[in-house]
Amino acid sequence: MGILDKHVVLEKNATLLLVGSLLVVTVGGIVEIAPLFYLENTIEDVDGMRPYSPLELEGRNIYVREGCYVCHSQMIRPMRDEVERYGHYSLAAESQYDHPFQWGSKRTGPDLARVGGRYSDEWHVDHLKDPQSVVPESVMPKYAFLADRLIEPTYIQDLMKANQIVGVPYTDEQMENAEADWLAQADPDSDYDGLLARYPKAQVRNFDGAPGVSEMDALIAYMQMLGTLVDFSTFTPDASR
Amino acid sequence: MSKKPVEKKEPETTGHEWDGIKEFNNPLPRWWVWVFYLTIIWGVWYTIAYPAWPMIKGATAGYLGYSTRAEVAAEIDRFSAMNSELEAQLASADLTALEPGSDLHNYAIQSGRATFATFCSQCHGSGAAGNVGYPNLLDNDWLWGGTIEDIQYTLRHGIRSEDDDDTRYSEMPAFGDDYLSDEEIAQVVHYVMSLSPVTQADADMALAADGETVFADNCTSCHMEDGTGDRSQGAPNLTDAIWLYGDSEEAITQIVATGPFGVMPAWSGKLTDSQINAVSAYVHQLGGGE
Repeated sequence: MGILDKHVVLEKNATLLLVGSLLVVTVGGIVEIAPLFYLENTIEDVDGMRPYSPLELEGRNIYVREGCYVCHSQMIRPMRDEVERYGHYSLAAESQYDHPFQWGSKRTGPDLARVGGRYSDEWHVDHLKDPQSVVPESVMPKYAFLADRLIEPTYIQDLMKANQIVGVPYTDEQMENAEADWLAQADPDSDYDGLLARYPKAQVRNFDGAPGVSEMDALIAYMQMLGTLVDFSTFTPDASR
Repeated sequence: MSKKPVEKKEPETTGHEWDGIKEFNNPLPRWWVWVFYLTIIWGVWYTIAYPAWPMIKGATAGYLGYSTRAEVAAEIDRFSAMNSELEAQLASADLTALEPGSDLHNYAIQSGRATFATFCSQCHGSGAAGNVGYPNLLDNDWLWGGTIEDIQYTLRHGIRSEDDDDTRYSEMPAFGDDYLSDEEIAQVVHYVMSLSPVTQADADMALAADGETVFADNCTSCHMEDGTGDRSQGAPNLTDAIWLYGDSEEAITQIVATGPFGVMPAWSGKLTDSQINAVSAYVHQLGGGE
């Protein structure tokens, strides 16, 4: 009886089979997953990436709440046609502060990984209120209610705390100024120097052009930031990744 | 595949028996078993040929040296090499000297059309006919100038674009904020309506008569005394039939009261020089180019 005939022993004993299967899955898991945590080249360090500013984080929450990821991916794949249409392919580092990530698995609408700066704030307002008014062939639903929902930074610190717990390196300074930064980013008349020092490249505007901070403001602040943090004119991709 | 035995033999049993029921020991078809072994061999080959095994510092690179990034870079290079000559010519071309019908002009228009569809159609419409608040590019009414060089400048630096210091900039005040009373706004709106052929019929001439002074005091530095506008400030011509933000009394009142602030992103840095030139040539030949 060769070794190949010994499987009978496993197959006849349910407990042994269970233990054996577990062992196989464990080894597979360790080999496939564990290296991602220690290999240097899986965690590419890219200049410019920073944790999201409080208002961007708020907008990101609205993005997740409305399920934008169901139709919009945020991952430009390394293929010529995608690079031509959307810009430089996405880097892992660009979603390093995403909890959860918004890569998405389906595109009914276009990829949004680099939508920041491509359109004006006014366009985003028009488009979110009534997508068909600017893109007649669009099947996107209307999100006009976002403009009517005024929000306060009451829970922003908690939200940042939650992100901190799962690994986003918000500093004590950033935590302390959360509410002030949140308010400053939506108000071009505010004193936003501190905000810009804490969150370089943050854009300060009244995004929806209406008084007060609405969910529309937060969502547009988030979208106008997408893909703008890494400067690809100075970034050279490492070919080995 | 194995040949079928001529005579059907009773297969061996596994030796188990429950209540008189025996279990045959039917082996899997031989072709199936061989394919199974082949997949194992292929799997081993694959991990050697392609990046696979995680080591201490990095994963094995695989002897084929495959890399997704290198592949996409090569693919992009291969395609850009095909047009490299035209692209280079276009990037440094003197647009005013672009000969219609020449290869370079045709190339510029075709690639400009594709670039326009990808980046510009969201606001200006896929046919470039614009939308309320987003100018129609098919007509000969230009806010900032319609020569090919003006168009190129607008594309490069944008309009009121935050991230370009050379952007085209002007700001119409929100006259509703303390500048003019509601009455004065109504007067100037009707005066403006009396200037354009499409709104003339709806203008209240009594209001318009008073509005002329309001217009002269507040609007002429940009829109000029006769209302024909000033391209160096992006101030639209108010005497033609084209209304960027709508031609209803309500829409015009809204604009005077709140002041429009239309933004177009600056595209230099996002698009290449040749792409910007291509879109300039494409937009210029749509109908209204000067």
